Amino acid sequence: MADAMTPSSHAHAPARNTRISGVGRLLVVVYGILALAATGRTAVQIIERFDQAPVAFTLSGLSALVYIVATISLVARGSAWYRVAWAAISFELIGVLVIGTITLVAPDLLGAGTGSPFGRTSTVWTVYGAGYLFVPLVLPILGLWYLAKHRPAPVPLDDAA
Amino acid sequence: MIEWFTWTQVAVASLAGALCVILGLVGRKPNDLTIGSLALVELLLIAQVVVGVVAPFVGNRPSGSLLEFWVYLVSAALLPIAAAGWALVERSRWSTVILGVAALAVAVMVARMWQIWTVQGA
Repeated sequence: MADAMTPSSHAHAPARNTRISGVGRLLVVVYGILALAATGRTAVQIIERFDQAPVAFTLSGLSALVYIVATISLVARGSAWYRVAWAAISFELIGVLVIGTITLVAPDLLGAGTGSPFGRTSTVWTVYGAGYLFVPLVLPILGLWYLAKHRPAPVPLDDAA
Repeated sequence: MIEWFTWTQVAVASLAGALCVILGLVGRKPNDLTIGSLALVELLLIAQVVVGVVAPFVGNRPSGSLLEFWVYLVSAALLPIAAAGWALVERSRWSTVILGVAALAVAVMVARMWQIWTVQGA
């Protein structure tokens, strides 16, 4: 019923001129939301109570930056950005695994209360991202899989649009 | 925050999210129904902004961080607009899924806002 309102030309002209297409766009959106969430939370933590858990909040800030870089590098084209995407997403996977393990095994190592995924001093990566429905753990795996499947074309297409 | 209004928002955003994700996965492009469901979510968030402004002045004070609450609320209020904008620019099935993901994110964020508002102690 909605298709009646769509210009028919759209249906026959699949846009394949960017690296990110189809389900990849969904990945970008989820990255964008996570970047927004991590940035907002970190900003509050650093402004309001940096002295409570400086290490955890610095990590929060770092993770927020990496999510922003990952989001941009997934959208941007070119082999340089492709490598940036690999680096950023690999870093995330390592980050969530290392910080997830630390917060699970030694909850107070990074500051009091940092082991609780819903606490005031927790980070995006605490307990493998449990406070974010484990999205931070699943997303880098999906991201790396997507990157492996979508290598940049060796000969760039003429897609100035 | 007003408790029943909070859970109404969570319920509406969850339903809108499920609806859009399902319709997107079966191949529907963004339509009046899916964009409309996001518009409803946004409308409730705008009402929540008004509630958030007024509540502390009428004795309904947060026990948690008001700054954190506002960061969540402003972020949440931007999501349906961004997703709907995307859906209007790119009319594909994935845009419908994206509408749904945005609505689900709003549901989670509103639930978190309730926790932040009502947190006990420091």
